[in-house]
Amino acid sequence: MTARVRAIETILTAKGLIDPAAVDAIVDTYEHKVGPRNGAQVVARAWTDPAFAARLAEDATSAIAEMGFGGRQGEHMVAIFNTPDLHNLVVCTLCSCYPWPVLGLPPAWYKAPAYRARAVREPRAVLAEFGVTLPPDTGIRVWDSTAEVRYLVVPMRPDGSEGLCEAELADLVTRDSMIGCGVARVPA
Amino acid sequence: MNGPQDVGGRAGFGPVAPERDEPLFHAEWERRALGITLCCGVLGHWNIDSSRHARESLPPAVYYGSTYYEIWIRALEALLRDAGELSYEELSSGQSLAPGKAATRCLKPDRVAAVLSAGSPVDRPASAPARFSPGDRVRTRNHQPLGHTRLPAYARQKTGVVEAIRGHHIYADAHAHGAGEAPEWLYTVRFDAGELYGEGADPTLSISIDAWEPYLDPA
Repeated sequence: MTARVRAIETILTAKGLIDPAAVDAIVDTYEHKVGPRNGAQVVARAWTDPAFAARLAEDATSAIAEMGFGGRQGEHMVAIFNTPDLHNLVVCTLCSCYPWPVLGLPPAWYKAPAYRARAVREPRAVLAEFGVTLPPDTGIRVWDSTAEVRYLVVPMRPDGSEGLCEAELADLVTRDSMIGCGVARVPA
Repeated sequence: MNGPQDVGGRAGFGPVAPERDEPLFHAEWERRALGITLCCGVLGHWNIDSSRHARESLPPAVYYGSTYYEIWIRALEALLRDAGELSYEELSSGQSLAPGKAATRCLKPDRVAAVLSAGSPVDRPASAPARFSPGDRVRTRNHQPLGHTRLPAYARQKTGVVEAIRGHHIYADAHAHGAGEAPEWLYTVRFDAGELYGEGADPTLSISIDAWEPYLDPA
């Protein structure tokens, strides 16, 4: 694949169809600028600011834009809030739809058939593979991203996080917890 | 299409394999594959739906035998060939043999941030009200076109409840095939696992899809 992709880049550059510096800029954006720390800031604010949480529930795209995040693969955002009774999990069974502006590029497992196939069929078993065991009576809701709506899970605020500031809270919010494959970290 | 991409609910793919401290890219060529694909998307020869269709149109053995960015590259080659921008001769020789047709639309680095932050919203004005309301019971149609669709097989001919109206969005089934944007109302429809999978399904589990109006009948 190395040679194949290099050939494509060389040919398309010679044709004037792509600019390698633009390729660099795209890669740099998702490698260094846009990633799950964005989403963690959104979640931390939702935990600390009830008015923001209400706006996030009402119109997630706008609420997330207040924090400066938006754009490609986040044009139509919906935030889903975990509760003690209901755990949410996000998947795209048909491809790899994922909310890039708040979570960055999806991890390899999210895009692979095993997760896509099983998340909608046996999510408890999938969660166990991530080390997450839910109480047996906790409901599970799986959101299959089959259109252009992108889902962000707002995990429950962990016990013991009272008194932490927004930045400290954001450090507890893992990428996986915002997909629903994890829960927020308990403060040390 | 009943293609290799439609894996929801199917068995045999093994365990999920989360990686500890996983890298964003697993090889340098994956970085280039991402960037090249996004740059080529700006050329205007195809849209997100037709690019998804190119990926799902790979032969199943190729699709399942390829990593994610390999799927992207194989589909990109097909899209560029169909657009007349990349020939087999060029790929085998590694040389450009003709100027690019859409070179005037080449994405320049100073526009990358603006293009990524603008995104491509797909909501469009509606000329008719939504047929369904939250709470309505609906049944998905036996909708299995030979072309692109976003109704997964596991949710075909199933009865669920409309949970939300998401807007009036470009209809992927049409948009993937040069039929324009043809926007339709989009709904989140929730199903109980028992409806989807029958006896023995997890009674605590429900699953939703986002479904355009043409996928749905009243139940």
